[in-house]
Amino acid sequence: MSIEEMMNQCFSNHLGHGKGRQMPVHYGSKSLNMYTISSPLATQIPQAVGSAYAQRREGKKKCTVCFFGEGAASEGDFHAALNMSSTLSAPVIFYCRNNGYAISTPSTEQYKGDGIGYGVETIRIDGNDVWAVYASMKKARDYAVSNSRPVLIEAMTYRVSHHSTSDDSSAYRSKKEVEDWSTRDNPISRLRKYIEKKGWWSSSDESSAKIEIKSAVLKALTDAEMLKKPEFKEMYTDVYDELTPSLKEQMDFTRKLADKYPDYYRINDFTR
Amino acid sequence: MPKVAAPSLQGMKHNFLSATATRGYSSIYDHSAEPINGIKVGVANSALLSRTITGVKNNKQLQDLGIASSSTKKMNMCQSINDALKISMETDPKAIVFGEDVSFGGVFRCTVDLAEKFGPDRCFNTPLTEQGIAGFGIGVAAAGHTAIAEIQFADYIFPAFDQIVNEAAKMRYRSGGEFSAGGLTIRSPSMAVGHGGIYHSQSPEAYFSHTPGLVVVIPRSPIQAKGLLLSSIRNKNPVVFLEPKVLYRSAVELVPECDYVLPLGKAEILKAGSDVTVVGYGSQLYVLENAIQLIERDFPGTTCELIDLQTILPWDVETVAQSVNKTGRLVISHEAPKTSGFAAEIAAEISNRCFTRLESPIGRVCGADTPFPLVFERFYLPDIARCYEEIKAVIKY
Repeated sequence: MSIEEMMNQCFSNHLGHGKGRQMPVHYGSKSLNMYTISSPLATQIPQAVGSAYAQRREGKKKCTVCFFGEGAASEGDFHAALNMSSTLSAPVIFYCRNNGYAISTPSTEQYKGDGIGYGVETIRIDGNDVWAVYASMKKARDYAVSNSRPVLIEAMTYRVSHHSTSDDSSAYRSKKEVEDWSTRDNPISRLRKYIEKKGWWSSSDESSAKIEIKSAVLKALTDAEMLKKPEFKEMYTDVYDELTPSLKEQMDFTRKLADKYPDYYRINDFTR
Repeated sequence: MPKVAAPSLQGMKHNFLSATATRGYSSIYDHSAEPINGIKVGVANSALLSRTITGVKNNKQLQDLGIASSSTKKMNMCQSINDALKISMETDPKAIVFGEDVSFGGVFRCTVDLAEKFGPDRCFNTPLTEQGIAGFGIGVAAAGHTAIAEIQFADYIFPAFDQIVNEAAKMRYRSGGEFSAGGLTIRSPSMAVGHGGIYHSQSPEAYFSHTPGLVVVIPRSPIQAKGLLLSSIRNKNPVVFLEPKVLYRSAVELVPECDYVLPLGKAEILKAGSDVTVVGYGSQLYVLENAIQLIERDFPGTTCELIDLQTILPWDVETVAQSVNKTGRLVISHEAPKTSGFAAEIAAEISNRCFTRLESPIGRVCGADTPFPLVFERFYLPDIARCYEEIKAVIKY
């Protein structure tokens, strides 16, 4: 996805693919085969098993990859999904990003045991080592597709940022802990050191890339923020495949109301 | 053929925003809300809150309890809920508080200091599993203890639906009265907040109102939240306690510091009137308050009666029916979608009980029949304009 597409989603403007219905960072892309993110946790995991099962039936050597965190893995859906993936032989890769925290809850309060059963091939990797992530994912894909079996990857990492813009993580963990992780084991600086050592990257590459990317992000952000919101009728579409009589009636009433009180409803913020 | 009344905007001459005062958008979420034609809108300006000692002395619910002159402390709704939890843990050594992130105080800070004060055995984090939280709470309650569970957002209560609806609600019935989950209270933040989108804004009360065996409570203010929560925790039935999250910080009152309970299953008449009965609950009452002020301004001589349901299940049919028998007209409003929303139940029961007294069709002002849309929130919600138009349509029918 382009930076522009991501910004358009974040600002819920009329170019955003989600038509302004979801909060920021709820991406999806039909062209990239990436299902739209849903806020409820772990719901995607059994769905991924179903998708992988359908792919196996098509016989096209495809698989499904499903991403989630260690917090989501406590939900019932996770356990149902692993069991089903194994019993139904679904070519699915479960990628669990274990970053230590589910909002404030440390993973030590999330699990007491170590290792998950269900007969699923499992590997625990250093999630801050980009090559380990790449190699394990590649291997997992080969295994899942050739054996038509699930694979679980648990990538160990750390959430340096807050859970969200409304979270202040200093309420439940020390600043020092965060600083230690971001300096001692930072996946970005580890990769940079590696490619610098190989002679593929230099500090001047680094500074020019930073300037270039920062300006591209800021431009996309400013552009996306300026754009109008989607047309108000998009509130009523996609509830069903077509508008029901009751939704049509509600939409017509809202149009009349907005025409009567245009400033109150700030209708100029929306495309028409 | 019977006349089918489709929504209309007849009587265009009455426009609650005059041409001279349409600048700016005002909503209950906007603390610096501009006055609309001299009426100050929003929770911060509401006359429904007891912010002064005189206000507390005149608070009907506190008068009925004989505590209108007791010592008070300024609290927002988050703090009054915290106070109720603290009192219930002090008075009941078997009471425990648990849920996702509650240990450090909860994402909305309603459980702050409880782990420090009562220890990690009585206030603790659970793994991230709502079905687990509800099932665990049923087990705690069935063993004779008091379980106070938090589901972080009402939008995320659905993994627990089976446990709540099939287990908590039916345990007493299916065991011939031998076991029950009566000691279980599930608290959950609900309703719109201004930027919550699909999954941080829902009002799921109607799903639970369709479940015999459950009690469903929705408070509107700090004083009320404390009394209703203490009542819910001590009630012998499982209670789903839905807290309008927009009020956590915006609603502030002088709250009695003592231990008190408000009755469940009882509605409260917030304002007497003679021409139309207006029923709501939770944060929607502040929208209705403003719509009524505008109606009474534009139609001199008209008075509206405002009723807060407080408990959705079992609801206070008697109070609403008595009011409608007096006024002859009824408008009901909630944020949840209109179709099969709780207003439908109220309308059906009242049309039955008050049929010969009704002078117009019963009006419903509700959320749209769509998922909750992020950027279209102002078009989705039953806001002041919609409530004004519906009350007007009902009184002018």
